[in-house]
Amino acid sequence: MSSNLSAILYLISGVLFILALRGLSSPETSRQGNFFGIIGMIIAITVTFLSVGNFSSGFIYVLIFLAAGGSIGAFIAYKIPMTAMPELVAGFHSLVGLAAVFVAISAFINPQAFGLGVPGNIKLASLIEMSIGAAVGAITFSGSVIAFLKLQGIMSGAPITFKGQHLLNALLLIIIVILTIYLCVTQSSNLFWILIAISFLIGFLIIIPIGGADMPVVISMLNSYSGWAAAGIGFTLENTALIITGALVGSSGAILSYIMCKGMNRSFFNVILGGFGANEQSLSNQNKEQKPVKSGNADDAAFLMKNASSVIIVPGYGMAVAQAQHALREMVDTLKKNDIKVSYAIHPVAGRMPGHMNVLLAEANVPYDEVFELEEINNDFANADVAFVIGANDVTNPVAKTDPQSPIYGMPVLDVEKCKSVLFVKRSLSPGYAGIDNDLFYKENTLMLFADAKKMTEDITKNL
Amino acid sequence: MEIDPFIFRLSIFILSIFVGYYVVWSVTPSLHTPLMSVTNAISSVIIVGAIIAALSSDNEVVFSSSSIYGFLAIILAAVNIFGGFLVTQRMLAMYKKKKKD
Repeated sequence: MSSNLSAILYLISGVLFILALRGLSSPETSRQGNFFGIIGMIIAITVTFLSVGNFSSGFIYVLIFLAAGGSIGAFIAYKIPMTAMPELVAGFHSLVGLAAVFVAISAFINPQAFGLGVPGNIKLASLIEMSIGAAVGAITFSGSVIAFLKLQGIMSGAPITFKGQHLLNALLLIIIVILTIYLCVTQSSNLFWILIAISFLIGFLIIIPIGGADMPVVISMLNSYSGWAAAGIGFTLENTALIITGALVGSSGAILSYIMCKGMNRSFFNVILGGFGANEQSLSNQNKEQKPVKSGNADDAAFLMKNASSVIIVPGYGMAVAQAQHALREMVDTLKKNDIKVSYAIHPVAGRMPGHMNVLLAEANVPYDEVFELEEINNDFANADVAFVIGANDVTNPVAKTDPQSPIYGMPVLDVEKCKSVLFVKRSLSPGYAGIDNDLFYKENTLMLFADAKKMTEDITKNL
Repeated sequence: MEIDPFIFRLSIFILSIFVGYYVVWSVTPSLHTPLMSVTNAISSVIIVGAIIAALSSDNEVVFSSSSIYGFLAIILAAVNIFGGFLVTQRMLAMYKKKKKD
């Protein structure tokens, strides 16, 4: 296949990838978008086979490895529960990162195959590009592995900090730059290996100080990194499809990180420097004076809801942990039968990754046009009769609007307290992720329902 | 003076960042999780490099010191491609509109 033709086909597959993302602007077009993505991938792989033109025994092995990896991927995709999406995405990021490292290593050992020169005399530009690809790929890999372990609960979500941490990270980054320069001068393979090793180390060090509550930012950030790694390799291979995709994924992840940071009113820097959620605990223990709390049972909750004309549901990650989404939808179905208007309010950082709560609700057959984002629904709380908070906590805390001393001050929150009455399903009065007390518990119009989210929801349905 | 092809690739790269910026802002927030899984799948187009690397050995030897990395990368990228697209498909199939009654 002529290289011009293959370049054009790579460009087409890049355009198809753009359309794949474009499709996600609405759920109706999204499935078609995903289909475009698949076509783009098939084109890219086929073109590569045709332009390499080597259909020897190696080709058979390529197909075998492709099928092996593909079946593992397909198996995981069908088995994974929707609650585990954050872990899955983190795991997948690590694979992209490691693949980038491997491709860079292979290109370094055998540059002729890629038309980049001979070992010991690789084109300068290519050498820089593959160093960047390998370094970013290695950071993505080890960072994602740590994120995966934290999300999976194998590693504690608590931030790990030590003195001089940031200094060490800065120092390592400088070393990476210096090594890259030396590598370009000497073409020494030892330097290349050291470069990769240090990059692995830095990915590890960057993620360990970041606490569990900030995982949505971390996943988005690693998403972005995996894109930049792919773009770096794309420059090395002079491949347009890879360059376009890398840029798309890189900016996509960056935007998602930005949205998540804004949802928590934290600066990106603040998240990266880490340690959030470690020292807040002591703060909440200070004002432990007993404030009066009204608590009720399923019967009271059912009574309140039966007499309401509109109900807003505020789900949070706790709902997913209790696996209460199906029970919740059954409750809502019963309410709707009684002509009560029900909508769902989702905070940008509800769940553990961007859009996580929406997927969980969709899985429980909640129609997506009943689910609203914070800006869309926040004014409706004042006119609603009942707010049903299930598994959410910090995102409803009015302190974010009133107390400048609070660590979450300035964070956008759902105006739940403006509802005529608030039903708050929670196991106990313990503080949430941010480690601060929720003023909402003590409001006049709040009724606490102390129980497991799933059980409580089922009981309410029975009483309706 | 002739323009270095690198400049063309850089232009594509920069413009794609802008395209990505506008396209991703238009993605509805309720689909942010599928967005992440699909970006995951498409970034595995890095398999292109893995295939070239795997088929790089010119003689009878299939597994040389450089091609072995290519084969490993193929497995990793293939897991991502199939896993990424299929899990996205699975999620998107769940998004349904209100039934009209």
